[in-house]
Amino acid sequence: MIAVLDYGIGNLRSAEKALQHVGSDARLVSDPARVADAEGVVLPGVGSFGPCARALRDSGLASAALDAIARGTPFLGICIGFQLLYEGSEEDPDQPGLGVLPGMVRALPRGVKHPQMQWNVLDRVAGHESGLLAGTPDPAWVYFVHSFAPEMTSDTTSTCDYGGPITASAERGPLWGTQFHPEKSGSVGLGILGNFAREVAGTRPGVSARPVTGRPAPPGTGS
Amino acid sequence: MRTVRVIPCLDVDAGRVVKGIRFVDLFDAGDPVELAARYNAQGADELVFLDITASSDHRRTMVDVVSRTAEQVFIPFTVGGGVRSVEDARRLLRAGADKVGINTAAVERPELISEIATEFGAQCVVVAIDARRRPAPDGDGEGVAWEVFTHGGRTSTGMDAVHWAERCATIGAGEILLTSMDRDGTRDGFDLALTRRVSDSCPVPLIASGGVGELDHLVAGAVEGAADAVLAASIFHLGEFTVGEAKDHLAAAGVAVRPA
Repeated sequence: MIAVLDYGIGNLRSAEKALQHVGSDARLVSDPARVADAEGVVLPGVGSFGPCARALRDSGLASAALDAIARGTPFLGICIGFQLLYEGSEEDPDQPGLGVLPGMVRALPRGVKHPQMQWNVLDRVAGHESGLLAGTPDPAWVYFVHSFAPEMTSDTTSTCDYGGPITASAERGPLWGTQFHPEKSGSVGLGILGNFAREVAGTRPGVSARPVTGRPAPPGTGS
Repeated sequence: MRTVRVIPCLDVDAGRVVKGIRFVDLFDAGDPVELAARYNAQGADELVFLDITASSDHRRTMVDVVSRTAEQVFIPFTVGGGVRSVEDARRLLRAGADKVGINTAAVERPELISEIATEFGAQCVVVAIDARRRPAPDGDGEGVAWEVFTHGGRTSTGMDAVHWAERCATIGAGEILLTSMDRDGTRDGFDLALTRRVSDSCPVPLIASGGVGELDHLVAGAVEGAADAVLAASIFHLGEFTVGEAKDHLAAAGVAVRPA
């Protein structure tokens, strides 16, 4: 089962339906206890960083998400759900993120319309293996709606050009994230969600499990 | 890179897609979910559904259309018509819409824009503006202005459309859907002066609407009108052009689009 975390923000159905369309057993989950049973976790999010961060904590799903990441459960953050993986955002400096990926979320460059609300092409970061983007066409067109994006770090696996290079996706081990909306990116997006579904299917429950001790260290190799 | 979106618009009346001329004289153009799937397959970047009658019965029909579309169409879509409250917006978003369009209710109570933006994010608030040319007030060098109309174009408001678009963006609109009532259904092309004025003064993305009869009109909307997205209905519904042909035409004219 892939748990699509339902913390009361916006339209979560599209992520659930798109995952089901690629053959996953995706379900909206609002009970933190049920996240532990999931073989994969998706953290969607729309709107703005602060309200999403608050709602995620208030729902109890923030700690459930951290526990899942610590166990090495395949995890996909989408849009604001992706941004929440970082330490914080310029959009709401008082609200910390989950901090499982190093770096901050920054405003898009000046001189271009905010939000970026359009389809754009992914530019793959050279030399970075990407399970998320495996098999995607070149060029790969995906749909963005955002005014902020994580800064580029060693985890960044693709960018798009919008007044300069902007982080479009990042990966660190089984922890994946997309600034764009794969669930709204037509066949390219469904392919990306299919990659995540296969990552989840390849994870045998228990193999990567380890005891959870409070706030986890970032998975994968340190930067 | 700025890419221009091509958006087929589906005016829905009692569960059927219809199309009119200058907001009247409707004809039947098909089943909304079938058309949505067809345009998705043709490479549409987004879809807009407008519930043009929006009585309470029809609202339930619309939620069903939205829900069935969301099962099979994985591109963004906006639903407008009869959205008068945060609860109306919630119902459509929960059914699977990505954005809600608000028009008359936003004019009557602009706080609704902020309320929906606060609850669900500005990215899902599309303010639809129906504008009609009028003689310019004194002092306008270009000799023309546009007035906002509501209630499907039946009610004049006295409000200036360019100023209203700017205000909407300030209070929480994530996007403006601007329809020229003078051009709607005429196939004479967008009102480019209107489109340009709003695009230049309004900081959020602009969808140009009303008047597309040939593919060059789409190019003009994107280039001279500086629209971020171009919306059309009859050229697609009547099967004159596919969305793919529209995009090929835009690309050939040098407008960056996602290829179909």
